[in-house]
Amino acid sequence: MSFLKPKNLLGLAVGATMALGAGVASAKTNLTMYYPVAVGGALTKVVDSIVADFEKQNPDIDVEAIYAGNYNDARIKALAALKSGEPAQLSVMFSIDIYDLIEQDAIVSFDDVATSAEDKEWLKSFYPALMENGQTLGKTWGIPFQRSTIVMYYNKDAFRAAGLDPENPPKTWDEFVAAGKKLTKKDGSQWGMMIPSTGYPYWMFGALTKQNGQVLMNADGTETYFNNPKVVEALQFWKDLSQKHEVMPKGAIEWGTLRQNFLEGKTAMMWHSTGNLTTVKKNAKFDFGVAMLPGNPERGTPTGGGNFYIFKKSSAEEKQAALKLIKFMTSPKQAAKWSMETGYIGVSPDAYKVEELVEYAKSFPPAAVARDQLKFATAELSTYQTGRVRKLLDDALQAAIAGDQDPKEVLEDAQARATQLLKPYK
Amino acid sequence: MRIFGNRHVLGWLLISPAVILLVTFTHYPSISSFISSLFSRGNPIRPAQFVGTDQYTAMMQDPVFWTVLENNMIYAAGTIPASIGLALLMAVLVDQMLPGRAFLRLAYFTPTILPMIAVANIWLFFYTPEIGLLDQVLRPLGIDTPNWLGDPDTALWAIIFITIWKEAGFFMIFYLAALQTQSPELKEAAKLEGASPFTFFWRITFPLLMPTTLFVLVNAVLNSFKLVDHIFILTKGGPNNASSLILYYIYETAFSFFDTPYAAALTIVLLAFLALLALIQFGVLEKRIHYR
Repeated sequence: MSFLKPKNLLGLAVGATMALGAGVASAKTNLTMYYPVAVGGALTKVVDSIVADFEKQNPDIDVEAIYAGNYNDARIKALAALKSGEPAQLSVMFSIDIYDLIEQDAIVSFDDVATSAEDKEWLKSFYPALMENGQTLGKTWGIPFQRSTIVMYYNKDAFRAAGLDPENPPKTWDEFVAAGKKLTKKDGSQWGMMIPSTGYPYWMFGALTKQNGQVLMNADGTETYFNNPKVVEALQFWKDLSQKHEVMPKGAIEWGTLRQNFLEGKTAMMWHSTGNLTTVKKNAKFDFGVAMLPGNPERGTPTGGGNFYIFKKSSAEEKQAALKLIKFMTSPKQAAKWSMETGYIGVSPDAYKVEELVEYAKSFPPAAVARDQLKFATAELSTYQTGRVRKLLDDALQAAIAGDQDPKEVLEDAQARATQLLKPYK
Repeated sequence: MRIFGNRHVLGWLLISPAVILLVTFTHYPSISSFISSLFSRGNPIRPAQFVGTDQYTAMMQDPVFWTVLENNMIYAAGTIPASIGLALLMAVLVDQMLPGRAFLRLAYFTPTILPMIAVANIWLFFYTPEIGLLDQVLRPLGIDTPNWLGDPDTALWAIIFITIWKEAGFFMIFYLAALQTQSPELKEAAKLEGASPFTFFWRITFPLLMPTTLFVLVNAVLNSFKLVDHIFILTKGGPNNASSLILYYIYETAFSFFDTPYAAALTIVLLAFLALLALIQFGVLEKRIHYR
């Protein structure tokens, strides 16, 4: 009988103590957790309800989950709170913040907290592609939570109107361009495609380079490959979409308003985070599909999104409580619920065995696209000095796409500076 | 002697609230920024080291610094005269006896009372290509619109325009207040002498408004170096730093790159620059202003 497990006995004991009440100080562990929301929507409610479920099961742990803006804001708030001595024991932060957090000596590795045999099995239960951004120096520092890939949303009605097969979206770059040409209306009322170039341009670019057979950095986060010929080629392709093929608008395409553009039918295809799926589903007034990104010839996408981290300053007790919370929130059942409510990937294969999600994916096949795409996924750009290195690449990309500069030149320049920045970490 | 001593103490006590506030929030942060700008970027593993003026040398070689500096100059030149001129024009207009005057005043002032972030979000959707208000109005007229915020040539100007729209109403209030204190006798006297409305404005109203103009000018200059909110929402400084300003770059350096010493060095340069501007404004302009 599971009732007799030591954990439950302890819970019973705690419950009994609390029931006895007066005079006995309750040994409640308080956890503060910051988390970001990058795609908008009512995700805060989903987090709150998962946390409430956890508290119901674990009356001895009190969780304060604080919504902290986008990924950048969340990191700033969490680190500022730590510096000022405010207790935060765990947070969801950008998976690519790992090197900065290690350099700041802010986090502990999960290998040091999750020590039992059962814990070690748990660490292996996630999709390996989602673990890549969370592992370095031979240890695991981040546990996947709100993880995404880039997927291609496309307007099936527009495909039909242009004489394209709506069940057969483009699989290669050539097909992608060809479809784009058919979908672009000369009067400017509908574009073939939009790939956002503000917000997270390096992320979209990570997809293009992977599709072209090249990653952007090494696994230690100490070297970048911005001037690799395949990388230059990928940027040329991105630029050509608007300049040469004229199937995408010129200038920077705004990350934040792109979804609205798609929903209003101004673009027939868009590349965006799978985290938008549920919102698109709720608001699209037309028949839409979700496909893996095309390849050249191999498909490819970076993973993205937020991981759980545990802060070093917490007490041993708090760390264990934090681990318990993380385990709960990434458990197959909760991961399945989270995935259905948002569109983010269920973080473990077991999540896709949960009855509800199986049913959901059957009735709504796009829900499984991001998962199926994981086998083509690579890590998101992440290095030491990651903010600066990322900005170098972002600036180079925008200079080429919106500013008419030569892709090779700007990438050579970005590479030279990134090498300079990363020299001390070699 | 005792009385002198007491008065001394009393004097200090009287100014102490101001001194405490100034020292805590102005002098101490300035000095500590300066000190921190002389050190290298440290972390718990490698502590910061004294590097002298290295941060400043690096700044001179940082192309982004020069870009944001140039952008800020353009931004200042684009926003200050335009918003002050517009404010004056609007103030003169609503100072007259017009039907619906109160409504007009309110309309001009509304942009100022809206929260910055809300304003930026509204404008984001105005400027958005294809579905934005601007494109929906201009495109049917056959005007080929640029990608306002996505084109390096127009991004900064799009932000300048919002600032003018937002600031002019605020400055108008000061001009309006000043105009209403001007004695109507002046106008009657000018009429008797046969002065044209333009001469009256140029020779009498405008010179009398100079103290207000100085005040507004100081504020406008400060504001032109203080903008970050809009940039966050609208462009994040892009594309390729085309719309990034000094303060936004300082923010990025400190909180995105965690390079506090370099951010401190940038702050010191900004402070020195603003101090210089203040000296010019108060030193030169004030002598030419006629206070009653």
